[in-house]
Amino acid sequence: MLDTVFFYLFTLLTLGGAILTVATRNAVHSALFLITSLLGVAGLYLLLHAEFLFAVQIIVYVGGIMVLFLFVIMLVNLDAAAAQRQFSRMWPVALGCVALVGLELFYFLGKGEPAFRIAAPPPVPEPTAGNTERIADVLFSQYLLPFEIASLLLLVAVIGSVVMAKKRI
Amino acid sequence: MEFFIVSTIKALLVFFVLMTTLAYLQWVERKVIAHIQLRQGPYRVGPHGLLQPLADVIKLITKEGIVPPHVNKFFYFLAPIIAVSMSLIAISVIPFGGEIEVFGITTHMQLTDLNIGLLLVLALASMGTYGIALAGWASNNKYSLLGGLRSSAQMVSYELPLSLAIASPLLLLNTLSLREMVTQQEGFMLGFLPNWTIFQGPAPQLVGMVLFLIAAFAETNRIPFDLPEAETELVAGFHAEYSSMKFAAFFMAEYSNMLTAAAVTTTVFLGGWLPALPGMAGDLIAPAVFATGGAVCLYHGLNPARKRDKYTLPVFALVFFGLAALFLAPPLKDIAMPLFWFGAKTGALLFVFIWIRGTLPRFRYDQLMGFCWKFLFPVAVLHLLATALLVALAG
Repeated sequence: MLDTVFFYLFTLLTLGGAILTVATRNAVHSALFLITSLLGVAGLYLLLHAEFLFAVQIIVYVGGIMVLFLFVIMLVNLDAAAAQRQFSRMWPVALGCVALVGLELFYFLGKGEPAFRIAAPPPVPEPTAGNTERIADVLFSQYLLPFEIASLLLLVAVIGSVVMAKKRI
Repeated sequence: MEFFIVSTIKALLVFFVLMTTLAYLQWVERKVIAHIQLRQGPYRVGPHGLLQPLADVIKLITKEGIVPPHVNKFFYFLAPIIAVSMSLIAISVIPFGGEIEVFGITTHMQLTDLNIGLLLVLALASMGTYGIALAGWASNNKYSLLGGLRSSAQMVSYELPLSLAIASPLLLLNTLSLREMVTQQEGFMLGFLPNWTIFQGPAPQLVGMVLFLIAAFAETNRIPFDLPEAETELVAGFHAEYSSMKFAAFFMAEYSNMLTAAAVTTTVFLGGWLPALPGMAGDLIAPAVFATGGAVCLYHGLNPARKRDKYTLPVFALVFFGLAALFLAPPLKDIAMPLFWFGAKTGALLFVFIWIRGTLPRFRYDQLMGFCWKFLFPVAVLHLLATALLVALAG
């Protein structure tokens, strides 16, 4: 019962935050609503007993990336930005996309619950260790290659940004 | 039901002790700084200015709370709330002692033990940044904005060495729960050296602790890293437009962050509530310290320098002897002893925080960033790799 209440609360935070992120004009408000949305996702992780992901979501996204976002936004002259023409000329395209996704969603909702099951859910193994240990096990054994590729990508991004920012190295 | 009652009592207890500690931490800081600078410090309110914190609290509550007309009202009020609540919540996972039994109820001297305790502290610390950054932005004042900007850049930068420095002792301890961390550090090597992370084989973490403390100084905006509020250049930085209780909230957040940093360092590196000496020696230090204090008071009371010392100092002596007796009486000993060791270690670290404030000048901004990215971060990475290698070699 309490889980359900919290699920809807966090969902509301996530979706409401996401909608308001794109709907508000003030960039700082947008950033803060994005933080709300990310916190909602963190709450959902917590409901799924993924405590490690919950903490990492907050440390990395809320505490790291979004602080950087806010830092950049604070440097921008917001009044001038708000007075400029907003990026809302794509209304018809956006409406079309939303209608398509909505149609798809309603079609599958109409077909009922089995339509959402792509494959039979794998049997949930008995939790032998904490969430942190299991993530480490999976990350460094089953998904080692994607993990390494992702780290390589991040390294490329870091080097790229340094090269672009510095005129003379 | 019993769980709720016990939790409520514990939470209230921790809250009141925490509030008093925060208020008196400020008194201690003013006194220590004053003595470093050859001054007396607060001396007017109560003996040795001991009632100064109370006077300050009354002053801050009764002051007029001015809201400047040009601020962004919502975020202006939200910022101090975020700052203070995030820093106070972090205390909830700090263990002050082991398992105790009071009135037939067995409980831990800790509000709650999470399996991600340490990560939660880091997460809350990073959330606390928003309090400062938003305060700077919402004030609509160029000095405040500069303070907020500096704070967000500083936090993002110093979080990396902070996390890396705290990751290496985790390799030795193999847990994220703060209570388990302390139990992992139990025991003594060679009969006298405590099995704390800073001494523990195969990779003693002394360097890790220094790295962590330096990064923690930056995260808590303490001198020499207090650029967000550098008063000589930014008036008061991010809290220039704040007055009354809103200002007090920022103040409280800063001291509470300092306390959390010291308590986490104690727990992770210095063995938490565990004694520094084995067996009887460890048990006798606390009563010996208090008994010595009582003896000194009694001696000066019997040879009074001023007339009133004849009456006040014997009373203080009695209090000290009572405290010493507390550590010897069996049922109270189990509660008082861990608190003594935890308080002693945390207090020593807090003294270092204050001592450094009295000693070092403030960094220049480019020095601050250069120090983090060109020195602290690479050293922390190397330290983590070296620790990992040693742990792997030791098997």
